[in-house]
Amino acid sequence: MKIMLVDDSRTIRNIQKKVLVQLGFKDIVEAADGVEALAAYKESRPDLMLIDWNMPNMDGITLVKTIRQTDKTIQMIMCTTESEKSRVVEALKAGVNNYMVKPFTAEMLSEKIDQTLSQLGITAS
Amino acid sequence: MDVRHINPFIVSIKDVFSTMAGVEVQVLKPKMKTDDSETVGVSGVIGLSGDAAGACLLCFPTDVACKLASAFSGEEMSENHPDFADAIGELANMIAGGAKSNFDGLAVTISLPSVVVGDPHEIVVTGVPSDTPRLIIPCQTEMGQFHVEVAMVVEKWAGQHQTSAADAAGAT
Repeated sequence: MKIMLVDDSRTIRNIQKKVLVQLGFKDIVEAADGVEALAAYKESRPDLMLIDWNMPNMDGITLVKTIRQTDKTIQMIMCTTESEKSRVVEALKAGVNNYMVKPFTAEMLSEKIDQTLSQLGITAS
Repeated sequence: MDVRHINPFIVSIKDVFSTMAGVEVQVLKPKMKTDDSETVGVSGVIGLSGDAAGACLLCFPTDVACKLASAFSGEEMSENHPDFADAIGELANMIAGGAKSNFDGLAVTISLPSVVVGDPHEIVVTGVPSDTPRLIIPCQTEMGQFHVEVAMVVEKWAGQHQTSAADAAGAT
């Protein structure tokens, strides 16, 4: 199971990575914006992506739409401060599998990953 | 700026620090910024645009910023740590993002964060009239005091009874 963390904040990526490592995931790649993530996606083909919305160069919603054009199976979780209902609907229409609002606890992140992976018949913890 | 747009900031400040850093914040009575307002060593700045324009500033004395950034990131941080500015910027991002999501009837977009480090400094908010009131929301934690400043002009007003930020702060 390969997981990609996409967020322009390294602090957030580090927090997410700690939770994932505690859950037993070891194959974790990182990207700081949508452009970097798209290149890394083509290179490493992750199974699950955690994607921030507001990032420089290419935002998260554009990244999701771009990947969904050709990849119907990858699991994507939007992890963002954008909590308006309209934003959640927009992200779901774009193709995310789950949505998590910042701020979040380790338990919240763990639960979202469990929910998302259970759609693949995989248990995270 | 309407008093109903201040409460979302207060709720968001408490939520962000409690959830991400395990730090409880006591919010004191908001007040209007004056020339002799608090000295600031570190600021996280988020611009606001859309139905409301302006900025949200997360302002700390340097020692308090280091303690809170450490609590948030889970590792010891001084102002020279390579991720110090990133941590402060992300805290500001989450506070502004959480607040704007609860502005009743306003569609607001937030900018990417900028961080200013240097003791002391002053942030000038552009894109709003120079006489726009700046509201200070003082915050007390076990790690020290900081404050959030909000300078915001509502471009599209959907409500009926607008109250100014000065009224909310009890200013005369």
